[in-house]
Formats: sequence, C-alpha cells, structure tokens
Amino acid sequence: MLQKTVLSAASVLALAAGTASAQTITIATVNNGDMIRMQGLTNHFTDETGIEVEWVTLEENVLRQRVTQDIATNGGQFDIMTIGMYETPIWAAQDWLVPLDDLPDSYDADDILPAMRAGLSHDGTLYAAPFYGESSMVMYRTDLMEEAGLEMPDAPTWSFIAEAAEAMTDRDNEIYGICLRGKAGWGENMAFITTVANSFGARWFNEDWEPQLDTPEWQEAVTFYNDLIQNYGPPGASTNGFNENLSLFQQGKCGMWIDATVAASFVTNPDESTVADSVGFALAPNREGIDKRANWLWAWALAIPAGTAQEDAAKQFINWATSKEYLALVAETEGWANVPPGSRTSLYENPTYLEAAPFAKMTLESIRAADPTEPTVDPVPYVGIQYVAIPEWAGIGTTAGQEFSAMVAGQQTPEEALDRAQTLVAEEMEAAGY
Amino acid sequence: MARAVTTQRKVTNTVIAWGVGLLIFFPILWTILTSFKTEAQAISDPPLFLFFDWTLENYAIVQERSDYMRFLWNSVIIAGGSTVLGLVVAVPAAWSMAFVPSRRTKDVLLWMLSTKMLPAVGVLYPIYLIFIRLGLLDTRGGLVIVIMLINLPIIVWMLYTYFREIPGEILEAARMDGAGLREEILYVLTPMAVPGIASTLLLNFILAWNEAFWTLNLTAATSAPLTAFIASYSSPEGLFYAKLSAASTMAIAPILVLGWFSQKQLVRGLTFGAVK
Repeated sequence: MLQKTVLSAASVLALAAGTASAQTITIATVNNGDMIRMQGLTNHFTDETGIEVEWVTLEENVLRQRVTQDIATNGGQFDIMTIGMYETPIWAAQDWLVPLDDLPDSYDADDILPAMRAGLSHDGTLYAAPFYGESSMVMYRTDLMEEAGLEMPDAPTWSFIAEAAEAMTDRDNEIYGICLRGKAGWGENMAFITTVANSFGARWFNEDWEPQLDTPEWQEAVTFYNDLIQNYGPPGASTNGFNENLSLFQQGKCGMWIDATVAASFVTNPDESTVADSVGFALAPNREGIDKRANWLWAWALAIPAGTAQEDAAKQFINWATSKEYLALVAETEGWANVPPGSRTSLYENPTYLEAAPFAKMTLESIRAADPTEPTVDPVPYVGIQYVAIPEWAGIGTTAGQEFSAMVAGQQTPEEALDRAQTLVAEEMEAAGY
Repeated sequence: MARAVTTQRKVTNTVIAWGVGLLIFFPILWTILTSFKTEAQAISDPPLFLFFDWTLENYAIVQERSDYMRFLWNSVIIAGGSTVLGLVVAVPAAWSMAFVPSRRTKDVLLWMLSTKMLPAVGVLYPIYLIFIRLGLLDTRGGLVIVIMLINLPIIVWMLYTYFREIPGEILEAARMDGAGLREEILYVLTPMAVPGIASTLLLNFILAWNEAFWTLNLTAATSAPLTAFIASYSSPEGLFYAKLSAASTMAIAPILVLGWFSQKQLVRGLTFGAVK
C-alpha cells in the first residue's frame, strides 16, 4: 500500500517536472504601474523569442529582503531581479551580478541617460539596465499660487518655498502649504531629508567616514525641514510617506509637494486626481549661494544574478524590456503618457512624448541636475544622493529616520534628534569597522 | 441550575456583544467595501461608507493580472497538507503524553512550546540553505513540512489537553477487550476526541492559511500561495488600495466561508472540557 502511494507520488512529480521543459525565466519585481504594464506586454517577448516568463511580484521591502537573501545564498530562484540604484554598485562589488557589457549594438547603451548609467555601474561597467528612472521635484498648485499672488520660478530657493508655503496655508479649509515625507525609513523620510541636507551644504560622512550630523549645516537643514512641516504641513505628518502625500495632494489638500518625479503622472491624471488640471512643476529647491539642489536620483533596474543557468535568455529579456523598441511598443498600445520615464535620452528628444507628458521637461532637467558621484558640496567617500551606497546604510538610514520622525511628531527637538542620530550612526559605523 | 436573567440584561449583553463583534470585524468589512470602489473613491476624504458607485472593475483587473486559481490551489495544498501531516504526527505524540506520561513529559511539552519563542527570522538563513541543498525551494512539499513543524507544538498541546479529559479507564477497558495500540487510538480514542480533533484541525488550517513569513520567503513562481498573491498588490509608490482590497477579499473569502460554516464545531472544540 505504502509502496503504491510512493510510486504514484513519484509519477505525479515526474509529470510535473516534464511540463516545465520549455525555457522559462523567472523575474522578481515590484508592484508599480510601469512594471505591471511590462507584465501585460510580455507576450510580445514570448512571441518573438519563444521564452516564457514567470513573474514574482512583491512589495518593495519584501522584494528587497527576498532577493538579497536569494542572491547571498546563491538560491537561484530568479533569473532576473528588479533592483534599485542603491543595491546595484554594492552587489556588483560582491560579484553577485552579471555585467551587462555585451548587449548588442542595436541596444544603444549610450542612449541611457548618463546620470542613470553612472548610478547603475560599478568601476565603469553597467550591471543593471534602467527600466525607469526618477528624480525629485516640486509639484505645486498653480491655482493656489495665483491666489496667493506668487509666481513659482523654474528653479526656486528654499526661502521662496517657505514664503509660498506660508501664503498658501489655509488651515480652516484644510489646505496645507507643503506636504513632505515624515514616515521613518531609509527610503522614506531619510531620502528626502538627505537631499535637504545636501542642498544646505551638509554631508553624511567626511572622507574618513566620520558621521557629520553634528555640523551646523545639518542643524540648519533639519531645523528648516522641521519648521516647514510643523508650520505649514498637514497634521500627522510623521506617518506620511509617498502614498499618503500623494493621496493628500490628489484631494487638493497640499499647496506644494516635493517628491518623486514619477508622481507627476499620477497627480495630472484626471481619473485619480481632483486637481489634475492645475498642477505645475519646478526644480527641487536649493539654498541661496549653494549650487546643490535637493533632488535625488533613483532607478528601478533589471539585473541578472550571477550563477543563473539562463543567462542568455535573461539577457535577451533585458535587451527587449529596456530597449527603445519597448518604449515604442508601450506608446503604441498604452499611449505616450504611459511610457516608462527617465531611462533613455532619445525619449526626451521625441516631440510626441514631450507633448503628451507635460512633466517631461522638468523630469529630465531634474535627472540631469543630479550627480550620484558628487552628491554634496564637500567631498565624500561614497556614491549616492539620497542614500549612501554602503551595505550598512539601510540600517543607519532607518535608525536615523526614526529619530527624525519622532521629531516631526513633536517628541523631540531637532537638536536632540541630530544628537541621538549622530551617536547611533557613529556606533553602527564603528561596529561595522569603518 | 441556570441563573434567572432579566430581559434588560439580555438586551444589554446582546448589544455589547454585537458592538464588540462589529468592531473586530470592521477592518475586514472595510476591506470588502473598498474592493468595490474605484481607486479615487478608495482614498476620498471623508471616507465613503455605503453610498458610492459600486464597481467590480478591481476584481476584473485582479483576475486578468494574476492566476488566482493557482495561488488558491497552492494555499489549499499547503494549509491542508501541513494540517493533516501535523495530525498524523501529533495524535500519537499527544496520546503517549496524556495516557503514558513519564517523568519528563511536562519538560518535553514545555520544550516543544519553547521552539515558538524564537522569532522565525532567526532561523531563516539556515532553513533557506537547507532548502537549497535539498532542492525544496519553491516547492509545495517543502512548505508543507515547514509549516507543519511550526504548528506542531500547538497541535500537540491542543490534542494533549483534549486527550487528558478522556478517562484512561475507557482505554484500559478497550485493552482488556483485546484491542491493540492501533485499534485503541483509531477506534476508541479518536472517535471520543472528534470535537477536539476537529477544532485543532480547523484552527491549524486557519493558521497555516494565514502564515505569511515562510510562504513569502520560501516561494517564488510555482508554489506561491494566497499570501504572496496579496503581497503582489501592495505598492509603496502608487495608490492601489482598491485593487489591494479586492485581492485581499479574494484571498480571505475561502477561509471566511469555512470559518462561518464550522463556527459551531470550532467553539465547541475550544470550550471542550471546560465544563464538566
């Protein structure tokens, strides 16, 4: 009896294995509009190449943990991973990724925006191909600005932002001058606060890897951020991240919102946004006399883990999904406004796109103004604008983020938050052997 | 003898019970309601309760994007398989602890429970490496084993408490009549403990169904259950609350229905032995 069961179980397993013989690649990815669109268009790739594609879609933080664990243990679950600009140079340095230096000429790697290429390379070699890229910028309500009698310049300063935020705030009608990230996390509030710090002339570490949170520049930057959010921000800002602010802005409750350029297509979409026809865009602000602006640089990119058995098929997919032809395919099936932004120069030279996407010009200028290799006024030993590309950053950023989130919640002053963050970061860096 | 209960008191108790019940159920109700809204209605402030244009578009989108049946089938196999396997191991274990206890039985019980005290993430890497070595990553079989092991202490403990309520003399009598160990467990003990076993089964099925740490970490494309299906709709950059709610509703619907139909059995089993 037992033998029979074992035998039939074995034959079921054999059958299951037999059906999986056609070439199939597995791709781990995040859930966002552009990625979902790509999943919908995958059948074009399968028709062209005969390669089947399986998708594993996960929430961003889960994805990050899941792919890190798989690549560090050589688990081989994925043939392509969607990773960010933060992971790429770190993983490439560990030899965890397959270099993408042999893509065909037709791919035209030189067409990739230089800032994106720089952020996704290690020692000059590209290790991940950008699927879409973003910077950050000011999104503002043109109608409220007009009411306030102000005009937003293309490149505002922080003092202008503060002035405009004050003029637009109307608490009785639940309109807040400025919505900013306050939710703790290295990819949440710390991404924004780090860019503010950069634009005030601050830096995370000096050339000897000593934390610099006790400098006057940090003090000024964090105090300024805190004042903005306390005086002109919505209540409960300490728990607001990208999605919460997006929701507030779409309901017409924010005068300005400084965040990812990718939000532009959401806030101008009349199906979702009540203020779609009155949104303007400007470069992220700087401080008078400092030529670094508070804009970040980020890309979601496709990379191949070293050790995959299907490297060729994976490369074929990347070649397809990040090509100019793919952009044209999206334009044809979903319209130009839905083409993944921020990856290729040629897209921004296309007049049809520039017309269909009112935010395209400012997105490109913001991306161009960002240089991950020189993010700060003073020299730093690290790469990355709104993050520090070292493995310890995720921990450090999140610890510091909690202090600043507590500050926004009114539990501590900027001095106390900086003081504690400095101590915690110094401890962590020492433990890590810097 | 039952105490006399005034009508007023009955009414008060009923109202309080309903109030607490609704409060606990509210998040689920809200998820279900949100799943019928458009994305714009889902975030509208003030929130819309019942008076909005009900739409099925989120369900249509979710259906189109994901292979729901595959996730559902994986959930059924993983939750069902681990529960049944757990019972097969736990019934004999609980039998021995309840009816032939040794000096160390209490320690063994406590030790088993102590395995629940370590956070799961503490053993993630060892288990991941073992799974790679054994080729169990992204297989339903591997998950059945892991989830069975995780729930095993609870199964043994629950069965142990039920079995203790059964007088040992009945088993002795069966033995006197010539029943072997197998007959004793299968034909005498098990039928008497059916309410207990049934509620253990149900509770563990629900726990296994909702398990979201191992099922997310040890699966990829082929064996991912409904927990991964929900996770695939969560998005930090973009508002997809209505779609996420639709996916969640589809994921909890089967277990909600199961719970509804078996609530009598569940309550009976959980209070089994409480009243003599």
